[in-house]
Amino acid sequence: MAAFTLDDLRRILVSCAGENDGADLHGDILDTPFRDLGYDSLALMETAARVEREYGIDVSDDDIAEVETPRGLLGIVNDALGADAA
Amino acid sequence: MNRRVVITGIGVRAPGGAGTKEFWELLSAGRTATRGITFFDASPFRSRVAGEIDFDPAAEGLTPREIRRMDRATQLAVVCARDALADSGTAPGGPDPHRTGVSLGSAVASATSLENEYLVLSDAGASWLADPGYLSPHMFDYLSPGMMPAEVAWAAGAEGPVTMVSDGCTSGLDAVAHGARLIQEGSADVMVAGAADAPVTPIVAACFDAIKATTPRNDDPAHASRPFDGSRNGFVLAEGAAMFVLEEYRAARRRGARIYAEVGGFATRCNAYHMTGLKKDGREMAEAIRAALDEARMDPTALDYVNAHGSGTRQNDRHETAAFKRALGPHAHAVPISSIKSMIGHSLGAIGSLEIAASVLAIEHHVVPPTANLHTPDPECDLDYVPLTAREQRVDTVLSVGSGFGGFQSAMVLHRPEVATR
Amino acid sequence: MKPPAAPSDNPVITGLAVVTPVGLDTETFWKSVLAGTSGITPLDRFDTTGYPARLAGQIRGFDAAEHLPGRLLPQTDVSTRYALTAADRALTDAGVTAGTLPDYDMGVVTANALGGFEFTHREFRKLWSQGPEFVSVYESFAWFYAVNTGQISIRHAMRGPSAALVAEQAGGLDALGQARRTVRRGTRLVLAGGVDSALDPWGWASQLAGGRVSTVPDPARAYLPFDRAAAGYVPGEGGALLVVEDARSARDRGAPRIHAELAGHAATFDPPPGSDRPGGLRRAIELALADAETPPDGIDVVFADAAGLPALDRAEADALAAVFGPRGVPVTAPKTLTGRMYAGGGPADVAAAVLALRDQVVPATAGTRDVPADYRLDLVLDHPRELPVRTALVLARGRWGFNSALVVRAPRP
Repeated sequence: MAAFTLDDLRRILVSCAGENDGADLHGDILDTPFRDLGYDSLALMETAARVEREYGIDVSDDDIAEVETPRGLLGIVNDALGADAA
Repeated sequence: MNRRVVITGIGVRAPGGAGTKEFWELLSAGRTATRGITFFDASPFRSRVAGEIDFDPAAEGLTPREIRRMDRATQLAVVCARDALADSGTAPGGPDPHRTGVSLGSAVASATSLENEYLVLSDAGASWLADPGYLSPHMFDYLSPGMMPAEVAWAAGAEGPVTMVSDGCTSGLDAVAHGARLIQEGSADVMVAGAADAPVTPIVAACFDAIKATTPRNDDPAHASRPFDGSRNGFVLAEGAAMFVLEEYRAARRRGARIYAEVGGFATRCNAYHMTGLKKDGREMAEAIRAALDEARMDPTALDYVNAHGSGTRQNDRHETAAFKRALGPHAHAVPISSIKSMIGHSLGAIGSLEIAASVLAIEHHVVPPTANLHTPDPECDLDYVPLTAREQRVDTVLSVGSGFGGFQSAMVLHRPEVATR
Repeated sequence: MKPPAAPSDNPVITGLAVVTPVGLDTETFWKSVLAGTSGITPLDRFDTTGYPARLAGQIRGFDAAEHLPGRLLPQTDVSTRYALTAADRALTDAGVTAGTLPDYDMGVVTANALGGFEFTHREFRKLWSQGPEFVSVYESFAWFYAVNTGQISIRHAMRGPSAALVAEQAGGLDALGQARRTVRRGTRLVLAGGVDSALDPWGWASQLAGGRVSTVPDPARAYLPFDRAAAGYVPGEGGALLVVEDARSARDRGAPRIHAELAGHAATFDPPPGSDRPGGLRRAIELALADAETPPDGIDVVFADAAGLPALDRAEADALAAVFGPRGVPVTAPKTLTGRMYAGGGPADVAAAVLALRDQVVPATAGTRDVPADYRLDLVLDHPRELPVRTALVLARGRWGFNSALVVRAPRP
């Protein structure tokens, strides 16, 4: 089971970047682009910084700059967690 | 009333040199003045390079009391204002203090002193509450940056309109534009206008670290600022100041003043897009350029040189390239364009005024300063960005542009007063 | 170059919104101001034990989530939340919605004296107690002085000439003056004014360090401008934003109402401390009257800067007597109810002046009772005064020597 789940992402995203009144985060958003969810590059940077601190991992700036969907971000974070565990 | 406005005095403090002469020598030689941060222990930071000035306020003639009460940015502004007045042959107060004003730009104002006060007040960050027993007399001066233009006004003997223009990273351009506007409309005859910022301090470094806007090229500080180069990865934080004496054209002529350039036109627009992000199309900067040219009654083909914002972030360089193409048409490919941030870094609110100084000196010397560190241009930045070496050529008319957080896009046209307009 | 509009064609005010300790909407604010309801209470945002001054004009009952999208909350200081809310309401008041005017025809000019200070205090603390990697991505713009202009511009797609000005407590009037200038040069509409707040512990300590904040503990006696017992001011938070518009353009688009003409503005600066040259306030008044093409007897009321310190009060009284003659014009200071709101104070006074034009009544200066006779002031005390009000002068001064004066006139029928 992934250590970093969509629910974790939702929680951190809302805490870091606020709730976007126009988008429903609770549906199936794994492949919905962050842009469509109302989250910009700053929101993702803030979220990534929080994830790094909470989970004690490092993710690359370039990966965060390129990531487009929640599925992509979960992958990056879980890869880093796996790498740390290894 | 629509009076002509000219620049008759310049004062500069920038990384790599003490005054206008050294500043121009650095730029025209294509030398760089960025280095590893020495002002504080930068080891915990992502970006550890900066454009720092070796500035000794006592040697610059400031008294111990002035040094104590003025933030570093204010010190830089006051020293430059004094230089500009002397350069212009204008005594403090000008012909009439009531008709003399100040327009000072700054993005982060007294950041350095604020941070120093904070460290004392909070016991180095340990306490959220402030110790009511520690109320240093200057805390208010750093809280509210009106102190900065006030100090310049006192140095300049100005009793006309005095203000700070704080439009983020376009402050330096917009402050000079504001000063020119006040003379143009008849609210003042002489304006001491320009900008200063001294942001090489941990809190400001942390701001740009957080959004990864500053470069992590820490292993090669002298070549870390690389606008338009394919290898660029952020700007280099810097400090600096430039102040000018602006005068009504006929009065300047009457007194036989040396006229560096006329402020022909200027405009600012907002992108209303994002506080830090830029749209790729450059639409609003292009509109500001068009409006500035229109006010100067010039066509794009009149431009001999464009002083770019050229911060060295990927989004800026592409945004700006698009804006030039959009506003200048075919002439965008013909006119030399360069970024002095490649040499002295990005001093936030101050840089716009330093770029005006560079533009005016380009006119003075008929030399286009280069973009240093530009070895392999980004294929998307396909204009003539004057790599590495300055060019001697005729320079009568210059466009200088700026772009900043908050979405501000500004443009100014400077030219020899005798250049014909349409 | 583009010729400026004819001087007789003054920009008009078509929208206004206040966010103040005595009202979050225009009518509540005005009712409180006329009734003399004070918003000055003990500061309760943090434990103020031990501070020499503990009173402030605080905004209460403001739930940012009610007014702003969730995405804006983590990235904004409280002062910017106030500014964004006021901007919405001012534009609504003016009947401006998306598409009413082209984007480049609308600008934003705000004044700011303190920046996003509470926000930045939190980030300074994170930096120094935890490390740079803890600093928010939003700190880079939540703090800086251009933040309100930028955020408002983005929210309402206003892409015209815009700016942020700083002139301590005079900046708010300067912003309105800049809006007037910008409209006269051809931009159809500029949203302008100012909002400030710094009621976190560091901001509070810094305000007190300025040495002008009253240490009188009684809320009714702490801020008494022009009174023999004047002993400083009470800091407040909030301000106002106004929609300044080209008169013809406002008529052409059928603006719901013209509140007033923005008839004139001027700014001056005092000579350096210790100089024997006269201060600049009188000149600012005279220049603003000249700009408005109004003789002194054309002014029906003055909304004073009302510093609340004897030397500054006397200087203002002297300037008024010099221009208008002894007791030559009714003078008032409703900011005694809100505390001084820094860059927000001037624009809130302009809002009050506009409402005075509408209702033909001048609000009173709260608290002040004992005005030295040699001030030669006709200060409106105790109760509002009904009188014909067609033209009002609003004054604001900033520490270190800023003077700003602005004239509003009832709209032509």
